Amino acid sequence: MTRDAEHARRPRVLAIASGGGHWVQLLRLRPAFDGCDVTYVTVSEAYRADVADADFRVINDATRWNKIGLVRMALKIGWILARVRPDVVITTGAAPGFFAIRAGRLLGARTVWLDSIANVERLSLSGERVGPHADLWLTQWPHLAGAPDGGPGVRPTGRRAPAAPVYRGAVL
Amino acid sequence: MPFDRLVRAVDAWAQARGRRDVFAQIGPTDWRPAHIEHERFLDPPRFRERVAGARAIVAHAGMGSILTALEMGKPIVVLPRRGDLRETRNDHQVATARRLEALGRVRAAYDENQLTDLLDRIDEMSGTGSIRGCASDELLDAIRGFIHGEGP
Repeated sequence: MTRDAEHARRPRVLAIASGGGHWVQLLRLRPAFDGCDVTYVTVSEAYRADVADADFRVINDATRWNKIGLVRMALKIGWILARVRPDVVITTGAAPGFFAIRAGRLLGARTVWLDSIANVERLSLSGERVGPHADLWLTQWPHLAGAPDGGPGVRPTGRRAPAAPVYRGAVL
Repeated sequence: MPFDRLVRAVDAWAQARGRRDVFAQIGPTDWRPAHIEHERFLDPPRFRERVAGARAIVAHAGMGSILTALEMGKPIVVLPRRGDLRETRNDHQVATARRLEALGRVRAAYDENQLTDLLDRIDEMSGTGSIRGCASDELLDAIRGFIHGEGP
């Protein structure tokens, strides 16, 4: 690829969340996706109208008490990621984001976990588990962030996992 | 997930005060309010339409309801779901309500009596003005920078 062509290519972003507040928070990040080709993934067809004519995919909904549902969800997300091949995966949670971070990393995408603003006393369970696998691990509350030296939260090079999320603003 | 405790309290309040201007989305529940107009589920466009047409919003302390109300500049009263009543798996909504109440974003009731008191004052409540439709510049810049490889 020539240098110009490389510059001209729009980043492919896969933005994924479960329903309700997770989805509403994801929508509030949209201006950050300007200049990108975005695929939205969520758990209900009813949300399609929120993203107009953007690429929109629906997966089944499941929580951690529904193991079969989670397996179906994980397979579907893996399939979508393998087809879309995003450069960046970004999620506000919960279960779909967990699987998308894991699958995205396997496929070489760079990944962002934004912990829901609803988690004000402690990080979400899925965030605690998958945050260390994300390239950028964000909390929306300063008091839940790790040391602000740029150490935790980011994995700039190599395999070092972020030990704690960082705070870089909120959806509100 | 239904939240009968909230709908029952609002239904009782509407009956006691003779209010006929209350609409509720009640979720998948067998219990039916008797004094307020209601539907089990509104899809997102119709939900937004209802919020846009409302004077004020009464909801659980979920971020979907809260952010939608704030985006439209509507005052919002929340009754957080409680873990001990099995309305959610833990008390995270109580913590959310306390924090957002302290920031002046929502009015919060922590039981049905407090809710009734707030409902009695709901006509005097004003919204804090619409919040903008997107996240803070700091967060948008962080994500934009990450996507375009400028390092987090």
